Amino acid sequence: MKTRADAVVIGGGVVGAAIAYNLAKLGLKDTVVCEKHTFASGSTGRCGAGVREQWGAEGNIRMCKAAIDIFETLQEELEYDYDIEFVQKGYLMLAYTEKEWEQFKANLKVQHRLGVNAVALTPEEAREIVPSLNIEGLYGATYNPRDGHANPFHTTRAYLKAFERLGGEVYCFTEVTGIEQSNGKIQKVRTTRGDISTPVVVNAAGPWAAPVAAMVGIDLPVYTERHQILVTEPVGRLFDPMLMSFSRGFYSQQTPHGSIIMGIGDPDEPKGYDIGHSWQFLKRMCDIMCSVVPALMGVRVVRQWSGLYTISPDAHPILGTVSGIDGYYQAVGFSGHGFMLAPIVGKVIAEMILDRPLSIDISGLDLGRFERGDLRVEPSVV
Amino acid sequence: MSHAEDSIIVCRCEDVTLGEIRKAIREGAVTLDEVKRITRAGMGPCQGRTCRLLVAGEIARFCGKHVSGILQSKYRPPVKPVKMGDLAALELTPLSEPGHGQQSGASPECTCGKAVNGR
Repeated sequence: MKTRADAVVIGGGVVGAAIAYNLAKLGLKDTVVCEKHTFASGSTGRCGAGVREQWGAEGNIRMCKAAIDIFETLQEELEYDYDIEFVQKGYLMLAYTEKEWEQFKANLKVQHRLGVNAVALTPEEAREIVPSLNIEGLYGATYNPRDGHANPFHTTRAYLKAFERLGGEVYCFTEVTGIEQSNGKIQKVRTTRGDISTPVVVNAAGPWAAPVAAMVGIDLPVYTERHQILVTEPVGRLFDPMLMSFSRGFYSQQTPHGSIIMGIGDPDEPKGYDIGHSWQFLKRMCDIMCSVVPALMGVRVVRQWSGLYTISPDAHPILGTVSGIDGYYQAVGFSGHGFMLAPIVGKVIAEMILDRPLSIDISGLDLGRFERGDLRVEPSVV
Repeated sequence: MSHAEDSIIVCRCEDVTLGEIRKAIREGAVTLDEVKRITRAGMGPCQGRTCRLLVAGEIARFCGKHVSGILQSKYRPPVKPVKMGDLAALELTPLSEPGHGQQSGASPECTCGKAVNGR
């Protein structure tokens, strides 16, 4: 293991992997990733792995648009010998209340202004896209064919493998236990396998972002919350797009493999690090999805699990530098949509570290916004 | 390794061959979770009941360790695949309901008369 590096990225999830790859691509030698378990073992490997432009807030739309631009050629860019399984079959956003439908129509206006080609559909038109859809109780839907999903394990691994080919090193089962600074400058990262001297440290620790930030004295305003999810046996194609509703709180996608992944938010979920699973979730998830797509009644659940959202006060990530600590960067608090943002965030954080022109403006997403009272607002989060 | 060995199916649910598993291990996978994430071995309906030990054995051989030292995956519910329609139709009484969940002796029923295990 190296004892000195040009940069240490903490976290081997998709965000850390994308940052590390972009640092190496831009020419930073001796970059290392420290991961306390293995790649994609925190939030990344547990997520629904959807990628959408259909947001309500301008910043999220811009970032996700830029991320999809990257996703479209990522397999080739990373020269990966497995498939990251990026498919663009759209998101079909389902409105079951008048309020939700009004919100979708307001979102569409912002999306159109920013060049997103989402369309409003009547329930009947939605059923033309998903013939298995039960349109009872549906007010309307919006559909954007450019949205999609990918395989979170392989996307992360593809980034890490490309990073290694560029000379980077990935240390799995290596937990960061401390970060040393002096005179407001990062000096050293302490790990369970030894110390690494470095002028740059990147906090991409997902659910453990707050404990890592605390190592440099930052009180990160985020909390973690369990989100449960399940997967079915592989079956013939039941629906192409990701199905999503905010009023009913669900999302569901059928992977290229044929298995169907689905999750649902629970408004009563307590904060914390619990990643257990409950039968209440199974029952509620199946109740709702069997009514949305009745053909699911005959499809078997194979496995259930859960993962953590790391939620910021305005459901937007916290990105970039923190005043007073030279060499500390963070990409944290993604609030449940880190996977889809990772390609663009990885690029822009690397550009920031190397003092290059930034691909996208993220100045409003720094930690300082909470002190300034300059919070983002995003109406469309599951 | 012979080509014949390469084509042996190790994970029958997901049709993963020994060749694919050995490739993942050669490329750095040292735990069952890593092999599973790369190849899908153990992700199918049986959740690795057949392939888990075989994969662990391959990792152990490659790393020169005893199989007991290979990090295992978690077992996740449900034990057997269950139809979504059956789960949706379940009428379960939460165990947290006052007084419920107190078993009397060896009876599979709660003292309130409701089945505890939902069997």
